[in-house]
Parts: sequence; C-alpha cells; structure tokens
Amino acid sequence: MTEARPGGGAPPARAAARAREGRWLAWLFLAPAGLVLLALVLWPIVYSIWRSLFDRSGQAFIGLGNYQRIFTDPDTFTALKNNLIWVLVAPALVTVLGLIFAVLTERVRWGTAFKLIVFMPMAISFLAAGIIFRVVYDQDPAKGVANAIITSVHDVFSSSSQYPGARPRDADAMPATDAGGFASVETIQPGSTILLPLVGVEAGTLPDEPQAAQPPAEAAGDQVTGTVWFDFTRGGGGVPGEIDDTEFALPGVTVQAVQDGEVVAEATTDDQGLFVLEGLDPGDVQITLPAGNFAQPFRGVSWLGPSLVTPAIIGAYVWMWAGFAMVLIGAGLAAIPRDALEAARIDGANEWQVFRHITVPLLAPVLTVVLVTMIINVLKIFDLVYIIAPGSSAQAANVIAVQMWAVSFGGAQDFGLGSALGVFLFLLVLPAMLFNIRRFRQEQQ
Amino acid sequence: MSAVTGGGAAAPVPPTVDPEAPRSQPVRGRETWGSRITGFLSKGVVSVVLALVAVFWLVPTFGLFIASLRSAQDNTASGWWNALTTPAQLTIQNYRDLLANEGMVNAFFNTVWITVPATLLVVVLASLASYAFAWMDFPGKDWLFIVIVGLLVVPVQVALIPVAGLFGDLGIYGSRISVILFHVAFGLPFAVFLLRNFFAGIPKELLEAARMDGAGEWRIFRSVVMPLGLPAIASLGIFQFLWVWNDMLVALVFADSSAAPLTVALQSQARQFGSNIDVLATGAFLSLVVPLVVFFSFQRYFEQGVLAGSVK
Repeated sequence: MTEARPGGGAPPARAAARAREGRWLAWLFLAPAGLVLLALVLWPIVYSIWRSLFDRSGQAFIGLGNYQRIFTDPDTFTALKNNLIWVLVAPALVTVLGLIFAVLTERVRWGTAFKLIVFMPMAISFLAAGIIFRVVYDQDPAKGVANAIITSVHDVFSSSSQYPGARPRDADAMPATDAGGFASVETIQPGSTILLPLVGVEAGTLPDEPQAAQPPAEAAGDQVTGTVWFDFTRGGGGVPGEIDDTEFALPGVTVQAVQDGEVVAEATTDDQGLFVLEGLDPGDVQITLPAGNFAQPFRGVSWLGPSLVTPAIIGAYVWMWAGFAMVLIGAGLAAIPRDALEAARIDGANEWQVFRHITVPLLAPVLTVVLVTMIINVLKIFDLVYIIAPGSSAQAANVIAVQMWAVSFGGAQDFGLGSALGVFLFLLVLPAMLFNIRRFRQEQQ
Repeated sequence: MSAVTGGGAAAPVPPTVDPEAPRSQPVRGRETWGSRITGFLSKGVVSVVLALVAVFWLVPTFGLFIASLRSAQDNTASGWWNALTTPAQLTIQNYRDLLANEGMVNAFFNTVWITVPATLLVVVLASLASYAFAWMDFPGKDWLFIVIVGLLVVPVQVALIPVAGLFGDLGIYGSRISVILFHVAFGLPFAVFLLRNFFAGIPKELLEAARMDGAGEWRIFRSVVMPLGLPAIASLGIFQFLWVWNDMLVALVFADSSAAPLTVALQSQARQFGSNIDVLATGAFLSLVVPLVVFFSFQRYFEQGVLAGSVK
C-alpha cells in the first residue's frame, strides 16, 4: 500500500484512490477462499507439526519420539516398506502402460473407443474399484475370475490329479520317490500279479458310485496285472493289504512298469481298480505309481494372501490410473510436430527408432509430470488398500495413510503418532511440491 | 499440458518441445531387436493387442455388474460368469432390496447432499479468488499464488486431526457440513489454480471494453469473466463432483453414521466380504452409476480437467 506512485496532481490521486479501492475489492474477492484455506489447510499443517511432538493424549512433550516410533514400530515399518514398493512400482508401471496405450491407440481406427474404456475406471471411486477387485481376486477359482483363468490355463498344460494325498498302505514296501510318486522296493517278474493298496484317500475324491475292488486276473507271460484300491473298510474291520468285500476300487490311477530304469509300460486302473501292464520283456520289473496321481490340485494363486496382497492391489491401482497416463501422454503425442517424425522416417528411421529417439525425448516433460503426479497419488494411497486387503492380510498390506487413519481414528486415538504420520506424508510430498512450484515459476517467465 | 503450466482447462498447452531433442541417426539395413518388434507390430497385431487390453479393462466392472444381478446364493456358489450360460440366474431382486434398505438409501442421499454443496461452494469461492488472481492488483499476489500451487499436493492426512478437533469445538463434527467444509478446503487449491489459469487467458480487450463502459469489478466478473470461463468451470465442477462423490476417507473421519455417504456405508459392509456380496455389488453399482453417467456425458470436460490439473 505504500509503494511510490509516479507523478502527482489530481488525476494520479484519483487513480491512487481507485487502486486503493481496487485492492480493497481484491481482498474481498479473495477472502472467502482465503479464510477457508487458512482455517482448514494452512493452520492445520502448523498445528499437526506441533501436535506431533506430543504424546497420545497431548499432555506430555516428547520431542521427536513419535517420529522415532514410525521407524521402530513394526506395523508402521511395514507401512513404510509397502509405501516404498508402491512408489517404486506403481508410477512406473502406470506411465509405461499409458505410453504404450497412447502410442498404440494412434494406430487403430477405434482408438477413441479404446481410450474411453481404459479411461473409464478413473471416474469411479477407489471403493467401487476395491469391491470390483475383491471379486476378481477371490481365492476360489469357482468365484474369482483371476484364479478361474489361471487354473484353467494351468489345467490345459497339466491335468489335475485323481487322489491328492493318497499313499501306499505299506510305506516300507513302496516308499515315496523324490518326484512325489511311489516305487516298489522289490521287483517282480512278468506273468505275476501285484496288489497295490492305498490309504489316505480323501472321501470327496472317490467316484460318485464307487465299485467294489476285484482281485486281479491271471497275468499272461508278458503281463503284470494288479489292483489298486482303497484299503480301508468303513466302520472298521478288514485285513490290511487284502481286498475285503466292502473296499472300494480306485479307478483312473496310473501305474507304470520300470525295467532297467526305463518306463516300459503304463496302464490306468478301470472301475474295478484293475490294470494290465503288457508287452514286458522277461526280467525284473519295478512297479511305480507316478506323482501325477497324488499331486494336490492347483487351486490358483493366493492373490490376497500376505505375500501377494500388495502387488495385487497395485494391479487394481494400475487398472484405475493407466487411462489417466494414457490421456495425458496422448495429448502430449498430439502436440508433437508431425514433420519431425516424418523427417526421421524419410531419413530411413524405422518405427522403433522414431519412437525411441524422437517421440520419447519429446514426451519427456509429460512423462515427468505423469510420474510425479502418480508418485504423489501413490504416497497417499488409502481406500484401495483399506478395501481390498482382507483382515488376514491387512497387516501385510499396510501403508502410511491407512496406518495414520488406524492409529488416530480407527480405535487407538493416538493423535500424537497420527499427527506425526500425517506430517511424515506431508514431508514425503514436499519434493513434489517444490518441483511443481519450480515448474510453475519457469512457465511464468 | 502439465498441471503447473499456464493454459487453462479448455486449451491445454502442448508440452514444451525441445528443438535440440536428439534426432535419430538411423542406419539403413541395421536390424535391432526393437526394429524387428515394431516391424511385427502391424496394424492387425496392434488391433488384437488393444482388443485384449480392452477386454481386460472391461471384465472386472462387467463382472461386478453381473454379480449384482445374481442372488446371494448363486454368488456364493459360483462365479458371475455362470450367469452367462444360465441367464435364468439374473434378477433385479438385489436392486429392489437395496432400494428398500433404508440405511443405503439414506447413505445415497447423504452422498448427494454432500457432493452438490461441496461442488457449488468450490466453484463459487474459487471463481472469486481466481478472478482476483487473474485480473486484480494487490500486494503479494505472486507469492500467494505460489502458495496455492504448493497447496495442490498437500495430503489430507496432515489436516485430519486438527480439523476434527476444530469441528468438535464448533459442534459440527459428525455432520454433513463438516464433510462439505473439508472437501471445499481441499478442493480449493486445484480449483483456484485451474480457473485462474483459464481466466488469465481471456483477452484483455474484453475486460477493458467493459471497464470503459463503466462496469465495476463485480460486473466484469459476473457478466464477462464468468460466462467466458464456463468451459473451465464445467471441467472444475465435474472434477470436484467426482472427487467428493468418490471420497471415502474424509467422510470416514468426519461423518457419523447418520451423515455417512454411500462409500462409508459400503465399506462397513465390506468388512464381512463374501457373505453380503449381493449388497456390496449392488451398492457399488449404485455409487458407480452417477460418476459413469457424468463421465460419459461430460467426457470432454473431464479429460480437460485432468489435463489441466494433473497434480492433484
């Protein structure tokens, strides 16, 4: 209000009056927004810093004690570690995907529709996205689409086993092999029969209408015949190792004959548990039950288990934000002078060289902005983690923002530690803030 | 282009193009693995890849939608895709139940009554302040605007505890008003940033002509700047609307159960995930539908808002 004004006399005085009035008016225009920002953003930052130096109840001054706790408390430390993973992985992934999508959409005619589809998740809430991905990541392959796809792909390449967990009755005569199957210790000669009693068969894996096991038929000279059955009589009784009347056959078990270390014959048991190994040369035969019979079925990936929960949530995050990166980078692409690209192409550059040496360097400012925006965003990540991580993995998925909420409002009421965590987050975004301010001032000049 | 560049919502400035950017020096006939890949990426392959990505992006939401149309028993027994082969499973009963669920309906209206005022207030307060920043003269103007730029990225976490205390003292903690006020405060920096940049791009002559006609600041603001700034205001309005509508954290802290919006009501349901997928899927869809309608109706403005304010 006291800066020097040029000249003097009546007109300048009137101008000065007008300017004074203008300033007064300017403050009036600024006041509503200014007061709200002052009371609900600026003052709280200062207060939080102050409050973070006091204990839980706010009575005792403990200096940097709360900050020390951030790094020593195991829960908060997990949160820090996870936030680091988030910051290192998610922004880079989002930016790279956004770049790929933006470049590729320029090459197809339905690029606009594609953009709309990928951009759409940005309009929905983290909460809705969280619920969407809780369903996607459901552990049960019958319900979660992620595991449904993975298990069916897996089953194409390896058929699921018949009797997981089953084992021979006599572990000494037929011990487990390294591969997970079983092999007889003693060898037999072609023309003989063998009984292969199994135990530990889960009830649910038996056929719907199980048939009684039958004793094997006489074997021809180049054959080994036998029976595989569930050597267990319901309600007790029965003789171990013998086929009793009420014992069930195990169909579908693969049996192999091994001579001189090589599999020479293979057979699968029928409904009565019978098998016939044929075409055997005279000599010692070892009978094996390969691992494929007993492997646990593949139940899919435990997405939301403690070890994978953070990558799984990052996947949901990328789903939400790749469209954002794509749109920003796409706008950057549109602004690249076409003749620069054309000139390079005429010089004989192929598409990859154009992309690598022209497009990407020209996009560098946009890519930086996307990356910085994503880093800020990821540092504050809250809803997605809070919703997707099931109770059992909540600890493993913890991030700073969730921990801040949990200690201050989620029951613990520790406003000292909560303030410290809030200030800590604030400090983490400070470099981004300075980056923005520097950029802004550069643009102004 | 970037958040911090000038240029407003409606006219994103292209990224600065560095004339010194390295020109490629391609060598004819030298095949790198990269060139082979791009060579392979003919239009057809690109189309197939993008189609797969599009399916990948659509399936999660589509799955939730189908799940919301199946009974709780069907959903606990099998995956949503079973309804594609047995369409008889589809029912709108979940939606009927949801609309009969007083808590959820109440939460939906809380969302509306929080979002609408929070959006309007931000638009009004930010328009006023942005006009001052763009066209009025006052000491410390540049510095104050730099403060605004700085505030763009402040995490809400640093203010939750003090503001909760303040609202407690004022006796409004737990009410919708407290949620609205907090959203207004944290929406303002972005709003002022966006609008000021746009307002500053309005041709000076228009304002001067109005001044010549004897119009005061208020009239210039109301009848020149506001109408011309409409595209930016639309962008801002949509952005703020979606931000508040989709928020969970702020409402989780400030709203008590009678003021809780849909997101908060649903998150408490999500605690027992699985048994209540019928309520969750349906509720999530209810909360999804409004943003999606806004998104598809005003997609252009939304995109411009994103382009103009990417730092939030």
